[in-house]
Amino acid sequence: MTDLRDLYQQVILDHNKKPRNFRVLAGANRTADGYNPLCGDQLKLYLDVEDGVIKDAAFQGKGCAISKASASLMTAAVIGKPVDEAETLFHRVHAMLTGDVTASRDTSGNDGLGKLAVFAGVREFPSRIKCASLAWHTLRAALSGARDAVTTE
Amino acid sequence: MSTLIGSSRAPGAAATGWDVERIRQDFPALHQHVHGKPLVYLDNAATSQKPQAVIDALTAYYTRDNANVHRGVHLLSERATEAYENARRRIQHHLNAASPREIVFVRQATEAINLVMASFGRTVVGTGDEIVISALEHHANIVPWQMLCEEKGARLKVVPVDDRGDLIMDEYARLLGPRTRLVAITQVSNALGTITPIDEIIRLAHRANIAVLVDGAQAAPHQPIDVQKLDCDFFVFSGHKTYGPTGIGVLYGKEARLERMPPYQGGGDMIKMVTFEKTIYNDLPYKFEAGTPHIAGAIGLATALDYLAGLGLDRIAAWEHQLLEHGTELLQAEPGVRLIGTARRKAAVLSFVLDGVHAHDVGTILDHHGVAVRAGHHCAMPVMARFGVPATVRASLGLYNTPGELETLARGLREAREIIGG
Repeated sequence: MTDLRDLYQQVILDHNKKPRNFRVLAGANRTADGYNPLCGDQLKLYLDVEDGVIKDAAFQGKGCAISKASASLMTAAVIGKPVDEAETLFHRVHAMLTGDVTASRDTSGNDGLGKLAVFAGVREFPSRIKCASLAWHTLRAALSGARDAVTTE
Repeated sequence: MSTLIGSSRAPGAAATGWDVERIRQDFPALHQHVHGKPLVYLDNAATSQKPQAVIDALTAYYTRDNANVHRGVHLLSERATEAYENARRRIQHHLNAASPREIVFVRQATEAINLVMASFGRTVVGTGDEIVISALEHHANIVPWQMLCEEKGARLKVVPVDDRGDLIMDEYARLLGPRTRLVAITQVSNALGTITPIDEIIRLAHRANIAVLVDGAQAAPHQPIDVQKLDCDFFVFSGHKTYGPTGIGVLYGKEARLERMPPYQGGGDMIKMVTFEKTIYNDLPYKFEAGTPHIAGAIGLATALDYLAGLGLDRIAAWEHQLLEHGTELLQAEPGVRLIGTARRKAAVLSFVLDGVHAHDVGTILDHHGVAVRAGHHCAMPVMARFGVPATVRASLGLYNTPGELETLARGLREAREIIGG
């Protein structure tokens, strides 16, 4: 039996209540919209990318605790990171959420996820995985310059 | 799970003689644990659980009678055909339709609406014409009409709802005009539970000589249906929401209307004679039933409707109304709960938001209490937009639910507030 506390960890609850980087980023040069048609979660992601580095990141939107905390922790994690490292992080998070343990670690066995590891419990809640991955798919879309809204379906 | 029949919270429960515990014994799926808790199934507007009689009917058909219908000369085919056509007549009687020719088997209400759109709609709707729907509709009664309007250059007119979730009937009357070709409106809102004044809707449309389609998907499981009394031109519902199998539904249409409509799909069974030069279509209702139908589903649905008739649809409606009143009281007493949809006449649907906690999180936490609810937009995104919420939690009740289960729901909400909102 899965425990609700595996899903709703303190860090997640804290970021839900006080989301970091929750604002419009005036100087953004990359944006993307993410949408989960199943539950109506919506978010707009703003990035300021200069010389291949994410200088700043912010988001706005409506969503459940998991999607809001995921977007909050993601923006905090990618600020200051080169684009290719953010891309690697996307793959690690995706692997963690879908339960692919090998792909979520590098060759030395380090997952490099830091605080993002709090979302490991989400994989025990199949209907909630998309809540956690929405922000990350939106990040990828923003980095690749996609114009259409990303959906989780 | 203890029930509170006759308790102060549910006055009059004993008076109806509704033995909910005995009725629950008819539904095997109710007797299981989820996440270590007894299942509390409050997602009946999405689909209902099935009584043993329906499960047995499906098993008996596949065990004994399985054969294709309307074509074999062998005994099994004769038995299957008889059972299938008998199901049609049982459903005809349940709806009080004038003839079995008016009962067309489809996959579900969605397909029935698409059939009417493709066959009736494409014939009678032209450029500049209008179709009237309401702001309460399920996507299944919006999107097909939008598709038709786009194809024909017609316009979709929407009857607005007030803050309680009732249709604004003055606006409805104003929307009916010389270009209106069809009114397609739900009898019961799936998202809010509003019972619409369907008699008045039909009367006003017919006064202007306009055809009416009634989406009965949420009405058929909860109240008696009399299509001749309603005098609607089309009535659609789904088997699986009516305690029957998935993949089977019914389109009722007045015979005179169905006669004039072209076929929906081409194939076997819907023809009398085929040559490469010309095909002569079959009579009603077969004209609209191309290909091998869901024979077992039709038999299962007829069995489900017989089961409901055996319990008494008036008594089902009375029990569910009592549950609705009890649930409304409980939720109104919970801090932070805001009911969405407080229509004067309501079916047993409790749609609500919980302050500071997203519907999706409420859904997950309730699931861990064993309580199955729907969290989301309920395939009615325009309804959510009207009430300014992205999603609601929806507890939709059925004939087997108990006051005790509603108390479990309320306890789950308290925990949701403690975990997320606290």
